[in-house]
Amino acid sequence: MLRIEGLTAEIDGKEILKGIDLEVPTGEVHAIMGPNGSGKSTLSYVLSGREGYEVTGGSATLNGVDVLAMEPEERAAAGLFLAFQYPVELPGVGNATFLRTALNALRRAKGESELDAMQFLKLARERMKALSMPEDMLKRGVNVGFSGGEKKRNEILQMALLQPSMAILDETDSGLDIDALKIVADGVNAMRGPGFSALVITHYQRLLDYIVPDRVHVLIHGRIVKSGGPELARELEAQGYASVQAAA
Amino acid sequence: MPAVTETIETVQSVTESTYKWGFETDIEMEFAPKGLNEEIVRFISAKKNEPDWLLEWRLRAFAAWKTMEEPRWAAVKYPPIDYQDAHYYAAPKTKAGPKSLDEVDPELLKTYAKLGIPLREQEILAGVEGAGSVPAEGRMPVAVDAVFDSVSVATSYKERLGKEGIIFCSISEAVQEHPELVKKYLGTVVPQGDNFFAALNSAVFTDGSFVYIPKGVRCPMELSTYFRINAKSTGQFERTLIIADEGSYVSYLEGCTAPMRDENQLHAAVVELVALDDATIKYSTVQNWYPGDAEGKGGIYNFVTKRGACRGARSKISWTQVETGSAITWKYPSCILQGEDSVGEFYSVAITNNYQQADTGTKMFHIGPRTKSTIVSKGISAGHGQNTYRGLVRIGAKAKGARNFTQCDSLLIGDLCGAHTVPYIENRCVSAKVEHEATTSRIAEDQLFYCRQRGLTQEEAVGLIVNGFCREVLKELPMEFAVEAQKLLQISLEGSVG
Repeated sequence: MLRIEGLTAEIDGKEILKGIDLEVPTGEVHAIMGPNGSGKSTLSYVLSGREGYEVTGGSATLNGVDVLAMEPEERAAAGLFLAFQYPVELPGVGNATFLRTALNALRRAKGESELDAMQFLKLARERMKALSMPEDMLKRGVNVGFSGGEKKRNEILQMALLQPSMAILDETDSGLDIDALKIVADGVNAMRGPGFSALVITHYQRLLDYIVPDRVHVLIHGRIVKSGGPELARELEAQGYASVQAAA
Repeated sequence: MPAVTETIETVQSVTESTYKWGFETDIEMEFAPKGLNEEIVRFISAKKNEPDWLLEWRLRAFAAWKTMEEPRWAAVKYPPIDYQDAHYYAAPKTKAGPKSLDEVDPELLKTYAKLGIPLREQEILAGVEGAGSVPAEGRMPVAVDAVFDSVSVATSYKERLGKEGIIFCSISEAVQEHPELVKKYLGTVVPQGDNFFAALNSAVFTDGSFVYIPKGVRCPMELSTYFRINAKSTGQFERTLIIADEGSYVSYLEGCTAPMRDENQLHAAVVELVALDDATIKYSTVQNWYPGDAEGKGGIYNFVTKRGACRGARSKISWTQVETGSAITWKYPSCILQGEDSVGEFYSVAITNNYQQADTGTKMFHIGPRTKSTIVSKGISAGHGQNTYRGLVRIGAKAKGARNFTQCDSLLIGDLCGAHTVPYIENRCVSAKVEHEATTSRIAEDQLFYCRQRGLTQEEAVGLIVNGFCREVLKELPMEFAVEAQKLLQISLEGSVG
């Protein structure tokens, strides 16, 4: 369960999050929608601990643990995963090496034994098959020369391997064609279950046709101005954010 | 806290503890008196029971050295060196000459065991790190020549190599046992008066390795020399000579460490390689001399002249170096591409952290037709480190169809360090083709964050990114060494995040 209370945060002295209250119970998938500049990505970076985002008030706990006090890697070990809006390239670092290093870092943190190269490959191949990813993506440099769709699928692959308890998907649908969108959605839906929650950040309702959320929240100017069921997303699609903004 | 401040503080806190090879061996030593003069040169030569021609050779080098000045063109800064304030000969007090392992002082054996260097045969090379080596099934053995301060203390696998006609021994032994080969090749690639440090080495060199691979023989195992400076106030001046006769192949590895001391110690080596027709020499170095402390105090001055001559047609010399240690590194492993269709390669990773300085690169002299050279240099600077790539590609008028490709990449960590690229190209041949590419980049904050979000610590993230940056070079190393080199890169950069 992710619980955010009165969270305020700023970048370079400018307040972006102005008091967020949000609860994502275990096993649920929530969507956050909102126009550009409303603070959606800031929220994902604040929760995952990116440098330069200063928390000025409020709290955020994951399964009762204060995540804001932790280093980014500790948050990862606590089960928090961020699918990046713009996945980062790591030239010369093989995707398989990266994924295995990450998986083993998390296993170590949990006190589990590390996987050797063969064990890892077996696992990675299974997961890739499920995501219709070509195997050569393991050999290539991390995100180097990947198409937009490949990068997003690579994020989902990482999620599938790392098995987080709480995933934040930051505009994972942007730049995806309909086929890739389905693959990504399938990847997320496959994770759904009592031990997994997700916060799906998106501009558009389209993704939510495939990943049907339990709740939808509208974020505008650093505040959640409206929450509702999946039907809220369709309402927004039809009427735009202006109506919600006016009402708020 | 700003990332850079944090970096410096973390770097300072980890440096001392991360140099694992900084211990000292307590062993009874024999020294030459401090100072450098003709008497000392004669003393060293006499200690080694050298023939007259070699003494003369040394004296000529010493005479040349006295007239020379230290080179000042490199981008390195250090206080003047007092050449009279060092011992030029320091050896463990045991019987001179080659011996079986059973006769080697147990303290020395312990030292090498602690360094992870196998002197007993059928042990494998644990490389530059690691405490105690575990022999693994099915792995290739590695023959080792261990040089401790001024002398070689042991050489393994000599007999087995001898069956193939391969000579692998200390250069002192080669002078006694194979004088004709030494006389024929010594100083023919790096002449006595080549440069200030080479002249100094020629006058006072004390030991080093000698390798001869006969015609048509492919050396069945990696050969390696492990250099250890132990004694205080000494310099190490080793001399290595490798000759690959027609159609032969050898892969040779070099590793080095030294205790942590406040004083700077001089290491001025000379390495000469000769490759005849169709011969290949692959020379790999993992240089891990003590780099000094976080404030830049102490550390080795690594002023080294390495040069290979591709004398024969289709011969090939490949240098691979991973330079993580030393307070100052000044070295330019070079290739003289004389034989037609000969090939020179230089793959380098140089890391400078804290106050380390490196001015390193290569020279490729294209003399013969269709000669080819490849240069891949990866410089990584962290802390206050300064890293310079300095290279020369010279293509002579007769080198028709010669080709060179150079790639120099620099990676900066933090904003107090520096990276410099100084490539010289001299082309006197219209049909030659020379390509040069250079890049400078930083480890970006988003790369680090991406890795950390996936559960890697800051150090692991830097290590991963740096290893990725160096991949083209690391893949040139023999496998056991590559693994150790990767770890070493990570250790050298621990805490250096910007």
